[in-house]
Order: sequence, then structure tokens, then C-alpha cells
Amino acid sequence: MKLAFTPEENAFRDEVRAFFASALTPELAHAGRHMTSVYSSKEHALAWQKILYDQGWLVPSWPEEYGGCNWSLTQRYIFACERARAKPPALSPMGLSMLGPALLGCGTEAQKQHYLPRILRGEDYWCQGYSEPQAGSDLATLQCSAVRDGDHYILNGTKIWTTHAQYATHMFCLVRTGTFDRPQKGITFLLLPMDAEGITITPIRFVSGAATQAQVFFDNVRVDASQRVGEENDGWTVAKYLLEFERGGGASAPGLLEGVEDLHTFAESLPEAERGALTLRLHALTSRIEALEMAELQALAETERRGSPGPGASMLKLLGTELSQALTELQVEALGPYGLVHQPQALAFESNVAPVGPAAGLTTVPFYLNNRAATIYAGSSEVQRNIISKAVLGL
Amino acid sequence: MALVLNEDQSFIQATAAEFCASKAPTTAFRALRENPGPAGYDEGTWQAMVELGWTGITLPEAVGGTDFGWQAMGTILEQTGRHLAASPLLSSVVLGSSALALSSNRALADALLPEVVEGKIRLALALEESPHHQPYGAALTATAKGDAVQLKGEKRFVIDGGSAEQIIVVARESGAPGDRDGLGLYLVPREAGITATAEKLADYRAYARLTIDATVDASQRLGDADLLDAVLDRGRAALAAEMLGGAQAAFDQTIAYLKERKQFGQVIGSFQGLKHRAADLFGEIELARSTVLDALAALDEGRDDAALAVSLAKAKVGEVLHAVSCEALQMHGGIGMTDEFDIGFYMKRARVQEQLLGNQTFHRSRYAALAGY
Repeated sequence: MKLAFTPEENAFRDEVRAFFASALTPELAHAGRHMTSVYSSKEHALAWQKILYDQGWLVPSWPEEYGGCNWSLTQRYIFACERARAKPPALSPMGLSMLGPALLGCGTEAQKQHYLPRILRGEDYWCQGYSEPQAGSDLATLQCSAVRDGDHYILNGTKIWTTHAQYATHMFCLVRTGTFDRPQKGITFLLLPMDAEGITITPIRFVSGAATQAQVFFDNVRVDASQRVGEENDGWTVAKYLLEFERGGGASAPGLLEGVEDLHTFAESLPEAERGALTLRLHALTSRIEALEMAELQALAETERRGSPGPGASMLKLLGTELSQALTELQVEALGPYGLVHQPQALAFESNVAPVGPAAGLTTVPFYLNNRAATIYAGSSEVQRNIISKAVLGL
Repeated sequence: MALVLNEDQSFIQATAAEFCASKAPTTAFRALRENPGPAGYDEGTWQAMVELGWTGITLPEAVGGTDFGWQAMGTILEQTGRHLAASPLLSSVVLGSSALALSSNRALADALLPEVVEGKIRLALALEESPHHQPYGAALTATAKGDAVQLKGEKRFVIDGGSAEQIIVVARESGAPGDRDGLGLYLVPREAGITATAEKLADYRAYARLTIDATVDASQRLGDADLLDAVLDRGRAALAAEMLGGAQAAFDQTIAYLKERKQFGQVIGSFQGLKHRAADLFGEIELARSTVLDALAALDEGRDDAALAVSLAKAKVGEVLHAVSCEALQMHGGIGMTDEFDIGFYMKRARVQEQLLGNQTFHRSRYAALAGY
């Protein structure tokens, strides 16, 4: 979508563009352009986070007193587009985009004062303990238990699909503190350090070959009761509030449109038998992504109005991830076997292994495979459709 | 149309199912991935396939074959696809043997085919030079030098190209890349001047980049683009059968999971959102199966619409396998993303199979052109 910008907004865009051009070191630029999932490595994420923190642009949407920018919606949209264009490493979202907003909305003053500055400075690196082996889509039936013992909770059980658990210093998690008439009640939201005694972490290898996720086991782990967010047995309220930020609040369309542009260019080199049909499908996809971009802009405005993304986040999560998969499907098809070559060695910064096929193809299949999880994590597409039919349509 | 199996074909199918389940299950493929060996498949399993007679299924008795035909061959490949069994069946038995069996160069064919049937020689077809299937795209040159021919150029993504003893090279004798005229197929022994570099794709099978600088006797010529088209259509139909097996396996495993996994206090297969999609996929797989059986029957019966039937099957089964492999992973949820579960293997194999010998777009276009649209 082409918005008409004022001279001030044009100047802002130039400023942001110049910042990205000068702030990205060669290593960070390489890391950003060679991501094989929505996560960068901890090292690259934190290095880029520090640069944004020093610039004051780390958390534009937060209240100014906690580090926000007080930007207009147009400025935030411009920033998102320029970021998509510059392709920096991804920031780790667990602290900045999930726990941070949740603490701002539901945390005590002491929790905000202690944790928010540490999140911003990258001193704490968070992971999210929600799913369990028997509680996936049916999250509310989670069983990992926390039993009160004086000023502490004692945790026993397990969490699974925990992204970067093996690198995290802290986890925010949902635990079972009671059994009531409905499973949503009796859940408590806790914060804990990953070096606590009794925690074991087992990485899980995925179809892409990478082990970004892990299973975490708790064996009589003691957590100070002051680390509870919200009331005991009322953690579901905090969890749902946080999930709105995890699912919505982002802008995925600018990045997808960058991908579409690259693919249009690449399609010109295809044999005639495939070019025409692929271009037609690419056009159809582009028009859907452009529609998503408009919806995301509307959602930004809605979030500002009500303070959190609301259940409409489910629609954006559903559309954004399914369009992202549609785009990566076309990328894999357009590259042919070049996109399917297994060549992790050629991915490293300053690698002396030459890529087979175009360099753009290096990350295509690893990213494609990792991206299959996008319609599963943070609530599968099926769960999002349930939420839309229930919370939005009232069915 | 022979859309049901006869007694011989049913017997061969049952044998193949039992063999693959016991001798080449996905656990064997998993072990191969960690330790692929020189060929990328297990030599012992391959020799057992030879002993079962799988190398001669489509060949006449005169060269040691059993002449059961392509429908029988399809039942075998459906089973190897089901179990992800790695072997040179497609590269050597389907593509390689067809090039010899259909060649007008009887002397060469009669001399070599018995050895292929006995498993003493493995063949491979060196066609592609770019990452997209272009049957007439060869630029690799064939230059006549007296009674000899010099072949010079490079081939990409040659299936089992690193282990075959004899390579069938598609070369350009005249004209420009893209021209159907001016192509020649030559049988070239590996030691005549072929250097192989392994190319690893997402499916962990063996592919090779071949650098060719070889001089062979002119009598090594097997045929031209007519032969190539006939060989490729046999390869496409056989590959479509293998893909059908993969789609069926991924679907069956998913249905089993839907009946076992519980969420919200009940098995997830009881949810309408999943039931309807499973029902849709079931119908799509059945449609794909019909197109595959028809393509194989068209080859056996020598029908003049065989090319049309083959392109329809390859496009349809590619489309269905793609959808099934995505939905299989999606319906498994997080566990489907893990390396520990086989579902991801089917997806990765599927993506490569879709590209080999022409992807869905290629075959939709070819079907449209052949049908006169």
C-alpha cells in the first residue's frame, strides 16, 4: 500500500533508513539476511537489541516512561517498513513483546521496576513455558503443578516447545495451583530463573534439523511467591492478555511484501513453462498480502485505542502465518532443486563454502520447514478459528 | 481402463508391502540418513530387491525379465514410497532400463539389459543442467570425431549419479538448448571421463553433479528426443506411483494420530474442523490414485494418449501429495515438527519428488498443450 506522507514523515523515513544503513554491522546484516526461522541467535538478537536501545527505538509502542517513543501510527508503520527493507536480525520477542506488555498490564510496581529495565538492557533473556505434552491446543488443561509452601511455590512437571529454553536466563510460565469447575481456573502465572535447582532442559530437533525448541522438566523447583503475576488461580487472565500481544500487535505484511518483490525478480529467470503460471499465483498472493497490510494498520489503531490487540489478533495471526506459508511455498517451487540443497555450512558469516545455486536460496528451505510451525505455535490455525467464531462472532 | 489390479499385480503388491515393511521401513531410512554409505541406499536391501525380480518387472523374458508391466512396477514403487525405502529402482530400473529397452540400438540393449536385471550394473539418466526440469534443455555437446563422439559438459541433480556404473547422457548434437531436434542419448561408462560430486537435497537421497568430458564410440548412441520422451514418461508415471505411496502413508499415520491424540477431553479426530479436512484429503488421494493407475495402464497398453495421462497423473499426485504432507504435519501439531516423528520425512521427500521430472506447473502446462488448450 502506498500511503501519502507529509514532509515531516518523509524526513522521519529518511532518518530511520539512514539509521538502519549505518547501525547494522556486516555481521548483523548477514545474520538478518540469513535467518532460517523467525528467531535469530541469542547473540545476534541481543547485539541488535543493544543498538536499538542506545538509539531509544527498542520498544516504540511502550509508554514513554518505560522507554516508548510516542510515535504516531504512521511513524510506527514507516519504522516497520524500513525494518522489513533493512532486514536486521530479529529481536527475541519473549521479553520485549510478550512479558513486557503483560507486566505493564498486570504486573506489580515492584515487578515492573525490577524486570522491565532488565528486559530492555538484555540482562534477562526470557522463554515462555506454556505448552505441555498433553496440553497443546487445549492449553487450559495444563498439569505442571505448583504447591504453596510458605513464601514459595514448589513446581513439578514439564513444559514443551519452549523456544530458546537452553539459552534463557528466565522463564514465565503457567502452572496449576488448584482444580475448579473449569480448567481455566486454578492456573497461576509465575516468573522463575532458569538456573534454579531442579530444572532440566532437553533440546528437541525439528524437521529443519535445528534444535531451537526444548522440553523443560521441573523437579521440586522452588519459586518465591513474590514472582507471581496476577492473583493465584487467575493466571489465565494474564496468559490470555499476553497471547494477544504474541499473536497480534506485529506487522508482518511489510516483510512479506519484500519477499514478494524478490520473488517477482527471480521469476523472470524461470523457464517459460513455469513463469506465467507462477506469476499469476504471485499476483494473487500479493493482493492478499496488501489486504493484510491494511488490516494490520487498522489493528495498530485499534490496539492504541483499547490498550491491547484484543481477539482480532487471532485473525491477523491466522492470515499472517498462512500467507507467510503461501509465500514460502512459492519460493521453494520457484527455486526448484536449488532451494532444496542441504548446505548449512554455506550459511555461516564469512563462510568459505560457496552456495550451490543463488545465494537467496540458502535459507529458503530451512526457513520454509521452520515456518511450518507458524500455523501451530501461539495457538494453531484451528484454535484461532475457534477463537474468532467464539470471541468475535459469538458462535 | 484397468483401474483394478489383476492377480499377478496383487501378488506383487503384497510381496512388496511385506518386504518394505520388514526390510526397508522408515527406521532403516533414518539409519541411512545418519550413515548413507557410498551409494546413499543399503546395498544388501538392493540386492534383495534384485533377487525378488524387481529389476526385470517391465522387461521381456529374452533379457531375463518377467514382463509384468508398468502397473506391476507401480505397485512396487507405491510401497517403496510408503516406507521411504531408498533404492536405485527409479534411476536404474525405470529410467535406465527403459532407455535401453526402448532403444533401436538392439545390440547395446541386448548386451547390457541382462546384466542390469541381474543387478551387476546400475544405470542413471543424466538430463538436467538447470534447477528446473527442461527435457530439451541440454547444452552438453556431442561432437563427432570419426567413429567416436566427444561429450563435454555438466549435468545436475542426477539421481544416483554418483554410484551408477553406466550413465545415459542426454547431449546436444545440433541446434540450441531448448530445441527438441538435435538431441542424442549416449550410454557412457563412468570411467570414460565422468566425475561426480554429491549434491545433497532435503530428502537425504543421493544426487550428483556430473562433470563430463568423455569420448565414446558412435555405437553407444541409444536414440533421440523420441526415446527421451518415452523414457521420461515411464519415469514420471513410476515416480507418481511412488508419490502416491508417500501420500497414503502420511495420510494413514495422520488418521491414526487423530484417533489417539486427546485434547479438550476427547480425541481430536472427533472435531469437525479436522474431520472435514480428513474427508477432503481422502477424496483427493483417491482421485490421484485413479490418475496414476490410468497412466501406468496407458503405458502398458501403448495408448496414444499416454503422455497426456502421465502429465495429468504427475500434476495431480504432486498437488495432492503437497496438500497431504502439509495437512499431515499441521494435524500432528507440535510433535509433527520434530525430527523424531516420520511425518517431516514425508514432507521433505515430497518437495523433492514434486520437482523431479517436472513439477505440477510443468505438467499442468504440458497437459494443456497436449490436450490442445
